[in-house]
Amino acid sequence: MMLPTEWIHNFLYASMPEGLAHAVELVLIAVGFLMFFAAAGLYLVLLERWIAAWIQLRRGPNRVGPWGIFQTIADALKLVTKELTGTDKADKFLYNLAPYFPIVAALITISVFAYSQSLHAFDINIGIFFITAVSSIGVIGILLAGWSSNNKYALIGAMRSGVMVVSYELSVGLSLLTMVLMTGSLQLSEIIEVQRTGGWLIVQGHIPAIIAFMIYMIAGTAETNRTPFDLVEAESELGAGYHTEYSGMKFAYFFLAEFINMFIIASIAVTVFFGGWLSPFGITDEIFWLQPVWFLAKVLVIIVLMMLFRWTFPRLRIDQILTLEWKYLLPLNLINLVLMAIIVLLGWTINF
Amino acid sequence: MQQEYIVKDPFKTEEYMINMGPQHPATHGVLRLVLTIDGEIIKKVEPDLGYIHRSIEKMCEYDTYQQIVHLTDRMDYLSSHINNEAVCLTVEKALELEVPERVKVIRTIIGELTRLASHQLWWGVFGMDIGGLTTYFYAFRDRELINDIFEETCGARLTMNYNIPGGLMFDIHPNFVNRTKAFIKHFKTKLPEYDQLLTGNIIFEKRTKGVGVISKEDAISFGLTGPTARGSGLVSDIRISHPYSAYDRVKFNEVLFTEGDTWARYKVRIQEMWESISIIEQLIDNIPEGDFKVPTKAVIKLPKGEFYQRVETARGELGVYINSDGNKNPYRVKFRSPGFSNLSILDHAARGSKLGDLVAIMASFDLVIPDIDR
Amino acid sequence: MSYFGDIVRGIGSLLNGMKVTSKYLFFAPKEIITQYYPENRDTLKMFDRFRGEVIMPHDAENMHRCTGCQSCEIVCPNGSIEIIWDRVVNEETGKKVKIIDKHIYHLSMCTMCGLCIQACPTEAIIWGQNFENAVTDRTQLTKVLNKPGSKVHPDVKE
Repeated sequence: MMLPTEWIHNFLYASMPEGLAHAVELVLIAVGFLMFFAAAGLYLVLLERWIAAWIQLRRGPNRVGPWGIFQTIADALKLVTKELTGTDKADKFLYNLAPYFPIVAALITISVFAYSQSLHAFDINIGIFFITAVSSIGVIGILLAGWSSNNKYALIGAMRSGVMVVSYELSVGLSLLTMVLMTGSLQLSEIIEVQRTGGWLIVQGHIPAIIAFMIYMIAGTAETNRTPFDLVEAESELGAGYHTEYSGMKFAYFFLAEFINMFIIASIAVTVFFGGWLSPFGITDEIFWLQPVWFLAKVLVIIVLMMLFRWTFPRLRIDQILTLEWKYLLPLNLINLVLMAIIVLLGWTINF
Repeated sequence: MQQEYIVKDPFKTEEYMINMGPQHPATHGVLRLVLTIDGEIIKKVEPDLGYIHRSIEKMCEYDTYQQIVHLTDRMDYLSSHINNEAVCLTVEKALELEVPERVKVIRTIIGELTRLASHQLWWGVFGMDIGGLTTYFYAFRDRELINDIFEETCGARLTMNYNIPGGLMFDIHPNFVNRTKAFIKHFKTKLPEYDQLLTGNIIFEKRTKGVGVISKEDAISFGLTGPTARGSGLVSDIRISHPYSAYDRVKFNEVLFTEGDTWARYKVRIQEMWESISIIEQLIDNIPEGDFKVPTKAVIKLPKGEFYQRVETARGELGVYINSDGNKNPYRVKFRSPGFSNLSILDHAARGSKLGDLVAIMASFDLVIPDIDR
Repeated sequence: MSYFGDIVRGIGSLLNGMKVTSKYLFFAPKEIITQYYPENRDTLKMFDRFRGEVIMPHDAENMHRCTGCQSCEIVCPNGSIEIIWDRVVNEETGKKVKIIDKHIYHLSMCTMCGLCIQACPTEAIIWGQNFENAVTDRTQLTKVLNKPGSKVHPDVKE
């Protein structure tokens, strides 16, 4: 059986010169990814609203379309058609530049994930490193937005974000490093290959892996600026935080980036801890179209968990956030790293 | 010509001013705070009032005593029944009118239900202010049942105007007792959930413990009342020290915490909900039979003189002062509102804490801005 | 070891909180408290004492019970009620009787205090159950309560 992607590949290379075909293929893939993640971002917003509603004993969106499924599309249309307002004394260049950082960083990051055995746009051998490097570009956008909009609330929000991301980047990196000790590779496809033979890494690594997962989830939630770490926008303190002065599509970029970032954080967790596109016990590993379904299902579970965090916990204060990182997560993470190294060295991992 | 700038002190920091409100999510209305901040640390808080001033005290001078009652609904709208009761008690005191026992008991029960509703709303908003939005909806779920009780008996949910000088506007609805009992039964299962969701939470504990500490001496000198004062260990419950209505025949404890921080003020209100439940339980089964009002003249004229009555609203001590010159309208009316004095300590309590703390401290005072401005 | 004790206690408290929210998340449909509002308009019933707006009921012969005594107008704190009245000669008795021309009610000024309904000696005005008072023009909130051509019920004595 021929995959549709193979068919397009053959068609392109047969009908035009090689260089052009390659370029067209790249554009096609990029457009495909963009379309999918724009839709995914929109529907994550809807999912968030549903989950929030159910937790809060409400019905959630139910007006636009059956069960409100077109609600976010209507919202997106509204945002696109809205006037782009701005402040007079804003630093115009930076103000207009800022919204592109988070969304571009987010979209670059999603290209490296292995959604299935073959659905893998950019299989780079430093995958994990690439993700942590690129995803931290997003914070530049937040800092620029806060700085350039000439608004004190926005500035406070942006500065908080800067402090937070610098600290929590460390925990994300270290907890992933702990897992990399077991795989011996930074390449995402390689990491999944390891789990194919030996079981999911969270099972393989048992105690240190679970600790790493918990630290990763805490730090990951902080990376995406969601409650209990949503100091950046903290609506009861700062109004709207760094995007106070943004409207319309520019605001939508920030908004969408937040949800795509959530997807990224969940995707990393799924790839590194829960075996990526692998099914439990390898029951349907050979069916190629089920692989992305498994991947997305696992991502969805992690995302629901993050949403549950958001609608349960109060917000931390800025100094408490730093205390949590530097006095609790970082030492624990380092101890955990050593523990994992010992376990890997002595071969105490659980292997099927 | 190129001008040369010499940066003398590149790491110099400056304090800056920021306007919090009048349109701000955490100020619960139109309170404006002018903050002086150094980074995140608060140096000074200056409340700026007057955005919702409706001159209720002046309006009272042109109204008859029956008409004054409905204006007090609009002061502290979360304890509107208790406000109404305060005015009615003052007028009854001036007329030396003895209201029937039934009226006293019903007023007390509805007053306690009002206190519960107010504290529920406060709990929801407290959670929301420190970032957990879900508390708001759980609080409103339970508050809705109280509002239903009010709506069935009084006709309105918030601005009830159920009291008139001399008694009540009409008798309680036949369903009142059953509905109240059903609510108490429901709420007793839900109140532990409040603790589970918010009180026990480590983040919440860290956010509130040791934040905005008010000593007992400060509480006295700033004139704090109500749960805000009782969080600092100041004995200030009017219901116990100067019982009115049916409070002299029920047994309940004055909730006191001595820490004086946001956590203590939070715990006081949570405990007060349990006390309110117990008061209602003591009274609901034995509402005495009798009239629901004593007839008064259509135009009430108070004797010449000054009259004062204080009650305990959900926020603290409300004093009603009426100066009468013998006419059908009062010569001067003054309300001593609890919110105003409680707000006055905000600067003192919030100095040196972080911006996030200010929101928590303000939420723990349970401010209602129309009560402060009147 | 209070350091690790704190961590364990903290995580425990967080999980305890999540127990509440996840309970509601998974049993959501049963616990939902909000209603489909405009759809349930037919079944939505207010309590009988609900203060929606002041209305003047008319019977089948287009008769109301208002004698034009102006008690409600006097007692209203906001001046929401204005009564335009006249005196006409009653044909049977030959006496001059007060009748209302227009009973004007400004809903926009009404605070729903209920004093007028308490003050009315003939129960001519009562609370209506309508709560959907939103209009696009504020003049629509000024209502004439007595219907055109209506008369005072003969049973009602001043």
